[in-house]
Amino acid sequence: MDKTVKTLEIKAIEVRKSIMEIIEYGQSGHTGSDMSCTDILTTLYFQVMNNIDPNTPDNPDRDRYIQSKGHAAEALWAVLAEKGFFPKEELKTFYSFGSRLIGHPNNKVEGIEMNTGSLGHGLSLSVGIALAAKKDNKSYHTYTLMGDGELAEGSVWEGAMAAAHYKLDNLTAVIDRNGLQITGKSEEVMGVDPLKEKFEAFGWQVIEIDDGNSIEQLLTSFNTAHEKGKPKMIIAHTTKGRGLSFAENQINWHHKVATEEEFTGAMKSFDNQLEVLNNEI
Amino acid sequence: MKFKEKNSIPNREVMCKVLLKEGKENRDITVLTSDSRGSAKLADFAEALPDQLVEVGISEQNIVSIAAGMAHSGKRSFAVSPAAFLSMRSIEQVKVDVAYSDTNVKLVGISGGVAYGQLGMSHHSLQDLAVTRAIPNLQVMMPADRFETEKMFEALCHSDQPAYIRIGRNPVEDTYDSTDYDFEIGKAVTLKDGNDITIIASGETVRPALDTAERLEKEGITARVINMHTIKPLDREVIIKAAEETKAIISVEEHSIYGGLGGAIAETLSDQHSVPHKIVGIADEPAITGNSQEVFKHYGLHPDYLTKVAKNLLGK
Repeated sequence: MDKTVKTLEIKAIEVRKSIMEIIEYGQSGHTGSDMSCTDILTTLYFQVMNNIDPNTPDNPDRDRYIQSKGHAAEALWAVLAEKGFFPKEELKTFYSFGSRLIGHPNNKVEGIEMNTGSLGHGLSLSVGIALAAKKDNKSYHTYTLMGDGELAEGSVWEGAMAAAHYKLDNLTAVIDRNGLQITGKSEEVMGVDPLKEKFEAFGWQVIEIDDGNSIEQLLTSFNTAHEKGKPKMIIAHTTKGRGLSFAENQINWHHKVATEEEFTGAMKSFDNQLEVLNNEI
Repeated sequence: MKFKEKNSIPNREVMCKVLLKEGKENRDITVLTSDSRGSAKLADFAEALPDQLVEVGISEQNIVSIAAGMAHSGKRSFAVSPAAFLSMRSIEQVKVDVAYSDTNVKLVGISGGVAYGQLGMSHHSLQDLAVTRAIPNLQVMMPADRFETEKMFEALCHSDQPAYIRIGRNPVEDTYDSTDYDFEIGKAVTLKDGNDITIIASGETVRPALDTAERLEKEGITARVINMHTIKPLDREVIIKAAEETKAIISVEEHSIYGGLGGAIAETLSDQHSVPHKIVGIADEPAITGNSQEVFKHYGLHPDYLTKVAKNLLGK
């Protein structure tokens, strides 16, 4: 377990470095949102999800991932490149004219299931995928990542109702609960608390973790047995901009590009962390 | 075209029959309803193939996204919901989850146009063609009668492309006398030939267009009648041919005068040809309430008015 955690922690730092580079290439990106969900994505793609293989991207038994908070696309591009779905060299085309690597998930890229970007769609899409799996007696699992700001979309709650109604215990949703959105604190923009109780009242199994950037906590929550007949919600309390001293919990880092100095400092800090972790492993 | 018996079978009943038959042969055919199985006449389907029917309750955004998710996992989804809601409340899900993600979802808008005529603007769908046809990777169509409904849904069951189909609620008078004809999505049907004027119609206005042609014939005017069952992709060739071979074009539709069939034809003509073209449709206002026939008559989707328009255009 310890070695798995450390390996994933190393991976997450590599992903963070890649995100910084992608945003540097494109001179645009949702830095804060990406860093917030990096550990969730790393845990899913490098440990939890089954049959995710760039050589067989259409494997019918692959687990499905839908990123409802589509604007954190840079994190997904970094992870998919790291998994080998496309050459890392292509990351340099991010945001450039005609590139496949746009600011939201794009199914022209292998490894992307469905297009997202408009908030509040992912959960219902995942309900459809999970429901189809049930109907076909398939064992694949469907994962969805949502932001906490997007919970203000009414369609999220339509999906939440349907997931419980159809007893989709082959569906796990994660809320990246970093507490911030573009305008300010999520609870001030449109309060959604008490979140755990809300989803429980909607018929979900809910697991809340106080550090959604902790690989160990994430692994434990994903590994917690699914209650039969219930969809599972993981409320992951994360830090927006996690890993960047200048961006952590800063509202203005929702969508911002690091200066040259910030970039160099961040990369150096990530390299130092990598050195420590590599020595520990 | 040689109807006379008054038809009592609504198109939605025919849709159910086709889906049931095809659904038994292909278990991936999945029908989704939003508390709409009764109004869609899908009760027989629900009873015979319960595993292939998904009820989502009154949640039109949800029905489209779930249909898209299921299609992504290999299902052939038919999301059936009142046209007024499916084409407006769910339109962003249609754009992103269906058209953009390219999922095999057929969006069936039932009780379309002014089928719910007495229920007011909330229940009229008179902007649906304008909205849906502006979305790339989405076919748009309307069957003229029960026979065309059968042909169209058979084709849809075997097609892999996203589509929006609007059908009405009540039985419509027959346009065809059987299903013994060739139907192809995107290929208009010339129901009657003529060289003086062309009337292009779609859905429930095809029958009044034919009746208009019959009246004009008695006055020595030959009208070509084109059934444009597919609004998108539009059969541009047949329109250009009509512009070249006849002196004027009338389009008639159960839709706002803006952005529907008439708009699509005008776009084609302005690009290719100059010919007088009169768009007959529902005025840009909250449509008057009443039953379909009353509303049709009020806005001139009726042989009385269409005959006058034709004669005016021809200077007769």
